[in-house]
Amino acid sequence: MAEEFWRWTEYRKTMDGVDWKSAEALTVGVDVGSVSSQAVIMADGKLYAYSSMRTGSDSPQSAQKAMDWALEGTGLTMDKIRYTVGTGYGRVNVPFSNRAITEIACHARGAHYLYGPTVRTVLDMGGQDCKAIRCDEKGKVLSFLMNDKCAAGTGRGMEVFADLLQVPIAEIGERSLDVDEEPRPVSSTCVVFAKSEATGLLREGWPKNKVIAAYCSAMAKRVVTLLERTGVQKDFAITGGIAKNSGVVTRLAKELGIKPLDTGYDTQLAGAVGAALFAQSIVKKSMSKAGAG
Amino acid sequence: MIANYGYMDGSGEFFVRIDTGKCDGCADCVAACPAGVLQVAEDENDPLSEQPVAKVNEDHRRKLKYSCGPCKPVAGRPPLPCVAACKPGAIEHSW
Repeated sequence: MAEEFWRWTEYRKTMDGVDWKSAEALTVGVDVGSVSSQAVIMADGKLYAYSSMRTGSDSPQSAQKAMDWALEGTGLTMDKIRYTVGTGYGRVNVPFSNRAITEIACHARGAHYLYGPTVRTVLDMGGQDCKAIRCDEKGKVLSFLMNDKCAAGTGRGMEVFADLLQVPIAEIGERSLDVDEEPRPVSSTCVVFAKSEATGLLREGWPKNKVIAAYCSAMAKRVVTLLERTGVQKDFAITGGIAKNSGVVTRLAKELGIKPLDTGYDTQLAGAVGAALFAQSIVKKSMSKAGAG
Repeated sequence: MIANYGYMDGSGEFFVRIDTGKCDGCADCVAACPAGVLQVAEDENDPLSEQPVAKVNEDHRRKLKYSCGPCKPVAGRPPLPCVAACKPGAIEHSW
């Protein structure tokens, strides 16, 4: 079988030092995106376990698979989960969720957790859309803009590109920075046209790394125009799969003149973490209501 | 919250911007829009709030250029009905 250059690694993790048995409330966030799905389990608002995998053609099944994988090895079962929030494109297709919340609200809240409360601008570079969000010190959305009509500047676009150039997707960023001189960006940001433009450049004899650099650069420029509409305020964080691509991130930082924040967490978790935190808030609210009543 | 509904593509940027801090949920804009682009409902991006606000209907978000087109003739532009109807001045168009 031909090598699948677009294929990124699926993963799961249980965090050290968090014990679900002593937790008062366990909540779950499931982010069913257009390309990847994440399930996150939180114990009293603390990240406990998570999984990230490819979204298949069947969203309910993808949500269930991600959930099962996150639970694996923890000894935890679904009946112990107090509340589940679904988010992402497939948020209405999470059969075991109690509520669906938009990915915009969840990404702001999640970035606030993953990058810290100083975050004011969140750029989510997702599988099939791009979101620019400004938020306050509590992770509440102040302004947002989403572009989901065009695949330019998205993970799916990068997958298509990795496949065209036959370069493993995880190496794209590094290779794009390994050029003697920064090439001009590809002129077309549309994925389909950029692809034919790249083919032309390869035919002209451009080395692969230079073509990759031209594409990463175009992607960064494209996203900057999106960000300019909402305005960029420090601190700035990038979430989603493209946040792992140093080629796009480095160029974006240069265009904006702002270095994005680093996080020890996985950048693709932001949506699901935000969803689990909203679940936590909802549980808390109902508990205090019950207490008051 | 400044909610930008719409998109940008090869032909331009098409966003309807609603300031939910100004919006009082009166729904005058809903009645004014001949294309049925707007509605007043719970704020989906502020899930813990119960205050209803104006928003762009989901099925219009990716075709605003066309949905709003009839109110935007090339010459002699009258004020946009939604913008004119909104007393608190919460609605703006990007194009």
